[in-house]
Amino acid sequence: MTTMRDTFLSTMEGELAADPLLALVLADISAGTPQVARAAERFGDRVINVGIREQLLVSTAGGLAMAGLRPVVHTFASFLVERPYEQVKLDLTHQGTGAVLVSAGASYDMAGAGRTHQSPADVALIDTIPGWTVHVPGHPDEVPAVLRESLPGKGNVYIRLSEAANAEPHHGAGFRTLRSGRGPVVLAVGPMLDRVLAATAGLDVTVLYAATIRPFDAAGLRAALRSAGTDAIVLVEPYLAGTSAPAVAEALPDIAHRLRSLGVRRDEEVRLYGDMADHDLAHGLDESTIAAAVKAFG
Amino acid sequence: MTTATTMGFAELPTLMSRMIGDEKHSAAATSTLDVLWVLYDRVLDTSPERAEDPRRDRFLLSKGHGPMAYYAVLAAKGFIDPDELGTWASAGSRLGMHPDRMLVPGVEIASGSLGHGLPIAVGTALGLRVLEPSPPRVVVLTGDAELDEGSNHEAIAFAARSGLHGLTAVVIDNGSSTHGWPGGIARRFEVEGWAARTVDGRDHDALAAAFTEPHPRRPLAVVATIDPKD
Repeated sequence: MTTMRDTFLSTMEGELAADPLLALVLADISAGTPQVARAAERFGDRVINVGIREQLLVSTAGGLAMAGLRPVVHTFASFLVERPYEQVKLDLTHQGTGAVLVSAGASYDMAGAGRTHQSPADVALIDTIPGWTVHVPGHPDEVPAVLRESLPGKGNVYIRLSEAANAEPHHGAGFRTLRSGRGPVVLAVGPMLDRVLAATAGLDVTVLYAATIRPFDAAGLRAALRSAGTDAIVLVEPYLAGTSAPAVAEALPDIAHRLRSLGVRRDEEVRLYGDMADHDLAHGLDESTIAAAVKAFG
Repeated sequence: MTTATTMGFAELPTLMSRMIGDEKHSAAATSTLDVLWVLYDRVLDTSPERAEDPRRDRFLLSKGHGPMAYYAVLAAKGFIDPDELGTWASAGSRLGMHPDRMLVPGVEIASGSLGHGLPIAVGTALGLRVLEPSPPRVVVLTGDAELDEGSNHEAIAFAARSGLHGLTAVVIDNGSSTHGWPGGIARRFEVEGWAARTVDGRDHDALAAAFTEPHPRRPLAVVATIDPKD
């Protein structure tokens, strides 16, 4: 199966050919793929592999942007956001430059690799820095459009790719209503959608889908609550539980509401190998735990 | 600004006094003074009028601590009004304890957190090599203690292997690194493939020569030695 990462790399290969101001910056991860190898052969000076040097990876992108290029920076999420956090904060934000960061690995795609390769805090960390757009696509076919809309301009964009994916892509901007009901409004982010739809089958709820979580579609959430006549919101996010809770509060300063936040556990480190399904269970992001949480909350 | 551009090295202490008074200037403030002057007066191809010119030489002050000498040189060369120096470090001033490129004309990077300038300079030099047929120079200034930051060593290793000959790192060595650099700082650059020169950081002619003599196909490191008790 074609992954989001494959789709990203193939799209980048085409975009590098189309735009002479575009650069791809890597730290070994994905550097050996056929797409990158071909791109490096054709556009060698714009396909930059700094080796296993993630501080340099992000700072180089800041420097490239200062020179007038548009950098796309890619590695695993833990090494793209968590390890060089200060470089992201200063060299891409404080300096007034901009880059497109594209991560792979998500919260626990590499479940068997253990905690060192798991990055559930990436979006929460990005949230501490102003001005970022955050995309969390739910299907490989959503990736090309998300990438292409991120390339123009000089803004900072974080695109979080995962091996977890929904069966079908859902295109379009803002929070999209995939099911309408009078019970809680359930906001499913990216790859969480299919399990949310399955968990809420037969329940009288509204299901919203978000492939773009920053900026937070406050108007979309307010419209869904108004339309359903409910005060209850359930967030289902594939990263740290409650990452978007402040955004919900900010969206509803004048509306009394209840919020249940599902996501990767914050209360303890889940010290577990296995596969993604094992981690879904451990974090309560499996279909039956989501179903129980929504029913109990309704 | 025509009066400002006529200022010379002898007037820098007066400009610095507008920020920090007439007391003996701290080592952090003056260790960079001669290097900065030589760069702006004799080496860098830049000017206030060319602030947006993509072909201007870039100077990145990575060692942002003690920027008074930097502001004084920028004022002497017409990038900022000398009268603005009096606002230094006050709430409404553009001139902070660490420089901010978004606020100060001529400042190419914001600095203060150590170890960012050299990695950024690598990116800038890579980008200019793509964009300009005859790429301008990128000169970055660090301190010897700043070299403790590992991010610099990521940049040092990568820059030479990438053949970034348009990149120059100048290291102000006043012996302030806590654990030191046995064998000398220049050696750290040379083993990675840089051309490296160690000169008296107060000798203007020696500095100018070190910055301008050819160093084909290699990035250049200039270690400017300063008296630690300065």
